[in-house]
Amino acid sequence: MLRDQDRIFTNLYGIHPWNLEGARKRGVWNGTRDLIAKGPDWIVDQVKESGLRGRGGAGFPTGLKWSFMPKESDGRPSYLVVNADESEPGTCKDRDIMRHDPHRLLEGCLVAGFAMRTQATYIYIRGEFVNEARVLEAAIKEAYAAGLIGRDACGTGYDHDIYLHRGAGAYICGEETALLESLEGKKGQPRLKPPFPAAVGLYGCPSTVNNVETIAVAPEILRRGAPWFAGLGRENNAGTKVFCISGHVNAPCNVEEEMGIPLKELIEKHAGGVRGGWDNLLAIIPGGSSVPVLPKTICDTVLMDFDSLREVRSGLGTAAVIVMDKSTDIVEAICNLSHFYMHESCGQCTPCREGTGWMWRVLTRMVQGRADIEEIDTLLDVANQVEGHTICALGDAAAWPVQGLIRHFRPEIEQRILDYKQRAA
Amino acid sequence: MTETTQAAAFAFTPENMERAKQLIARYPEGRQASAVLPLLDVAQRQNDNWVPDAAIRYIADMLDMPYIRVMEVATFYTMINLEPVGQFHLQLCRTTPCWLRGCGDLRQVIKDKLGIGHGETTADGKFSMLEVECLGACVNAPVVQINDDFYEDLDSASFEKVLDALAAGERPAHGSVTGRQTSAPATGLTTLTDGAGAPDVA
Amino acid sequence: MPTLTVDGIEVTVEPGSTVLQACEEAGKDIPRFCYHERLSIAGNCRMCLVEMERSPKPIASCAMPAGDNMVIHTNTPLVKKAREGVMEFLLINHPLDCPICDQGGECDLQDQAMAFGVGSSRYEENKRAVTEKNMGPLIKTIMTRCIHCTRCIRFAEEVAGVDAIGAVNRGEHMEITTLEQAVNSELSGNVIDLCPVGALTSKPYAFTARSWELTKTESVDAMDAVGSNVRVDARGPEVMRILPRLHEDVNEEWISDKTRFAYDGLRRQRLDTPYLRRDGKLQPATWQEAFAAIAEKVKASDPQRIAALAGDMACAESMLALKDLFGRIGSPHMDCRQDGAALDPSCRASYLFNTTIAGIEDADALLLIGANPRWEAAIINARIRKRWLAGGIDIGLIGPQVDLTYRYEHLGAGPQTLSEIASGSHPFTAKLRAAERPMLILGMGALARPDGAAVLGAARSVAEATGMVGDGWNGFNVLHTAAARVAGMDLGFLPGEGGRDIAGIIGGASSGDIDMVYLLGVDEIDMDLLGDAFVVYQGSHGDAAAHRADVVLPGAAYTEKNATWVNTEGRVQLGRRSIFPPGDAREDWTIIRALSDVLDCTLPYDSLGALRKHMLEVAPHFARIDEPAAVEWGQFGGAGVMDQVPFNYLIEDFYLTNPIARASQVMAECSALFVGSGAEATGTHG
Repeated sequence: MLRDQDRIFTNLYGIHPWNLEGARKRGVWNGTRDLIAKGPDWIVDQVKESGLRGRGGAGFPTGLKWSFMPKESDGRPSYLVVNADESEPGTCKDRDIMRHDPHRLLEGCLVAGFAMRTQATYIYIRGEFVNEARVLEAAIKEAYAAGLIGRDACGTGYDHDIYLHRGAGAYICGEETALLESLEGKKGQPRLKPPFPAAVGLYGCPSTVNNVETIAVAPEILRRGAPWFAGLGRENNAGTKVFCISGHVNAPCNVEEEMGIPLKELIEKHAGGVRGGWDNLLAIIPGGSSVPVLPKTICDTVLMDFDSLREVRSGLGTAAVIVMDKSTDIVEAICNLSHFYMHESCGQCTPCREGTGWMWRVLTRMVQGRADIEEIDTLLDVANQVEGHTICALGDAAAWPVQGLIRHFRPEIEQRILDYKQRAA
Repeated sequence: MTETTQAAAFAFTPENMERAKQLIARYPEGRQASAVLPLLDVAQRQNDNWVPDAAIRYIADMLDMPYIRVMEVATFYTMINLEPVGQFHLQLCRTTPCWLRGCGDLRQVIKDKLGIGHGETTADGKFSMLEVECLGACVNAPVVQINDDFYEDLDSASFEKVLDALAAGERPAHGSVTGRQTSAPATGLTTLTDGAGAPDVA
Repeated sequence: MPTLTVDGIEVTVEPGSTVLQACEEAGKDIPRFCYHERLSIAGNCRMCLVEMERSPKPIASCAMPAGDNMVIHTNTPLVKKAREGVMEFLLINHPLDCPICDQGGECDLQDQAMAFGVGSSRYEENKRAVTEKNMGPLIKTIMTRCIHCTRCIRFAEEVAGVDAIGAVNRGEHMEITTLEQAVNSELSGNVIDLCPVGALTSKPYAFTARSWELTKTESVDAMDAVGSNVRVDARGPEVMRILPRLHEDVNEEWISDKTRFAYDGLRRQRLDTPYLRRDGKLQPATWQEAFAAIAEKVKASDPQRIAALAGDMACAESMLALKDLFGRIGSPHMDCRQDGAALDPSCRASYLFNTTIAGIEDADALLLIGANPRWEAAIINARIRKRWLAGGIDIGLIGPQVDLTYRYEHLGAGPQTLSEIASGSHPFTAKLRAAERPMLILGMGALARPDGAAVLGAARSVAEATGMVGDGWNGFNVLHTAAARVAGMDLGFLPGEGGRDIAGIIGGASSGDIDMVYLLGVDEIDMDLLGDAFVVYQGSHGDAAAHRADVVLPGAAYTEKNATWVNTEGRVQLGRRSIFPPGDAREDWTIIRALSDVLDCTLPYDSLGALRKHMLEVAPHFARIDEPAAVEWGQFGGAGVMDQVPFNYLIEDFYLTNPIARASQVMAECSALFVGSGAEATGTHG
């Protein structure tokens, strides 16, 4: 288990004050000026060396992403955009960072913003997080007043503004280009790529969009050194991670743990175990609603990191662990997620707009068993036709839970259909 | 949108105008359209939690945006209410993590107690209900957002108490209704147990 | 220039091309709905998915820039499956009501479903229904058919320059809408052509015909001086609809709403028999009676006391015939400039749009003088907007401020500003001088006034002083509003030796010095000023002039004759007969030819071929069909003094500029809706 002194989010639960004074006691804003004095390239190299991969779901190497930003401006400003539109079902980690340790995020914005030679940061926070936004807003005010951000931030001679921008209820705005569209005052409809944001992002300027957690851990990595972070977890899956454990556990919670912790250990150590004991486990969605569900047999042994979960055809995603015990109607659980994707589809491109509703409607019938056995394959085919055929990854995210359900629980659906037919007969 | 509820005109109060100017100033010159969501929010807060058509036009003018583009935005995001809602706008999270932990019971409480379902408002205008997708507080499921505040770790009994209190004019404390420390395990801390919770500040 | 491989075929494409364009280059047909060459790329329909090596997912070929060494496959099982999948998704909520859909038979969805679909659906759920939207009198909506390609939104925003159409709500609830507003654009009808399904169809055409039962005739529009290429679709004696024809250099693939929708005016208020004024009232007559009445008047008059005017929709053939006839009669009093524009026939470059319409795209500064291109030539306005959207052009306007759909600098109201620009004291002069290819557009509003010649001269000074005229570039442009005008100028339908011009003719009629006026489709002058003159009106519609006339000779509308038109660029184009003129009406040149017999001065041609041969002798450039030849610069324009009266635009109502449009109920409806002037003045209530 991760030692407390290796934890970055030492106020994850808000036991201590979130404010600047409290943050300073936790080491935030400590030596920021010295970190910046080492120059942008040093920072990017350190982050590369640390092995940090994006914490928003896709797991793209952060240092590499930062290195895509132009080193010389062609006259356009460039921006750091923080994705705080936390909406992936099961995920509520960024919320804790923003309401309990906002300065850690702000310090990260300054350091990352400097490393990428940006002029300003926009933090796009989901609209429902009203109180979290209030805290963050107050923290920004504190940071300005203390000279930590804004003109000559931390006395470095570097100017960097941080602005908060509130969304208004749209999961799709967590997709980075939809987020940029929304930030520009439009509907949150994902853009075609290429061009990628590093070339044409916010207001047509070079931009990088990073998740809250990704940015918030950066200063601590620099302070403690890349090897420290890289030494946690496994090769290519380094560092610590905030896990969110929800559903049928005795003590749902957020917890910062080492990457690669066994799923079972994570649940038993921190979340009080599965309701009714480990053997009462039916299935787990290990990385937020978008990743395929895993049956108990896989959960018994799987490790919680990018590569381990990919090997079992699921994913770490946002590390949001949704636990379902044997009382769960697994078909309805996935049907519920299908409703989510239908509701959150932006409507722009055909397969997602039409396919998400189709999948939900078929699943709604399958929950009751009101379907034909052959429709399971039709449903799978529909999911496959949505996957990989859309502008953004929401299509994939909508398809994967359905594919996972059929992969692991086909007999369950078949039985239900047979039962229904029997009742009807 | 019903004709009877639509106001003929809309304008920000002086305080909100000041607020609107501050919000617009967050974006580069010529990019004032960025402020459309923030301004819709200001308008909504000024107008009993919903945005009348006149406010859409007002904001469109203020930001030099075509009316239809503001309308596109206003209809895209679920938090923008284009029709009146109750004094207490209940947003019941229906997505899987909350569903696993009994959001269906809460839906029933609303139905039994207030007699309203998805998209409906009580006759006295006090409560309205919307079933929404994941609110992002999954380890505190089930969750209901009431206006700005999250009420977490609810069950039928505690939720009824919250509703009763609101009806009585009280403002019950938001957050976890079980008294648990935010997102920490209810059974006691498993990490950050040293109290200070901070590494040595060198 | 990237070189890539498509299905094993190596192709090299222009930099900036897309994979879809590369596929087309390789001869591969890529299905698409949202992609359109003239609109921004949306990439939303996903029909154009192809396989690209080293890409884990199929790519949207319309949105992917073509890159060197890409290997593309368009015929793999994966591509086939992806297309079938998208097709199935598009159809699950499509009503498949093709038998009652006006798009049937010319529907992209129908065609591509046949070509790329599987022929059956596995969708067992209820289909979505979407309420109809009110988009005004021209566009009918059946929104359940919509496939959300957003072409209409992009057209309105990008080409038409009006933010009128949008998509509200999200996900499967997304709906295309105008929020119950009519689309206030002169180009709105083009969304009907752009809509790949039957969601947006023509309201006037609704349920009147099936596309396959129409006779299609390729022709040229005569509603303005653009010469938009059109296809006239007719059934029996009726024009059922008018569609654009592709001409990159003229109208691309757009036409204005007047061009598209005024055709119902072809059936109304028609003159289908000759009329003779007897006892103060116009009464039907035979051709012989009508001709006899004219002959009697002509023979009784001194040729110096008769005159002829040609109107805005007169074809070249009829103007030449009438000119020849008056030459034989011995009258020099002729004019084709019914608005009184001070056009100078001595130098052809002085009355042409020399830059050409396509040439606008090369300009980097533009001065509009008394021209409102949005109403005077909506298609040219769209071209200016296209140029403006590309960036790097300064546009200035002298005249009343109007919404042109692009940003411009309002320089001033009238001649004073023009003088300042000519003298170089105005800051805009510097912008014109600094430009590499500056241009000006001189509107009829600046020329059709007493000091028009001086304005013309001043405009020439500006052109010369700011480097608008030089090798390979002529930035001097006159924007005509009349389809007939350039041909009239070219053929010399103008005062002869000692002849009176339009003002002289009207003045003469008022004062009694002119006894007879022959109006060839002239309806835009003040008929009250014709005094006691004997008026012959030859035209197609019972509009202003017919009511004043003593003899009415029923002619053909532009869709009813084979005729030559010369657009504002000086481009000679051929209109073709789609239907026959109604009743006893005849093609116009034949009427004049027949009249010449009765007048004993028989014109020396008795076929269209012979007339056209003669036309080439008069104006050899008429042989160069569809080529706006570069013409020589020269001296023109008056040196006189401009007065201080501000410029005013000639067109007061876009929808009601000619007898056909004024007879059109559809145009009347548009006028009432968009211009707000009374529908009373339409002439449709007579």
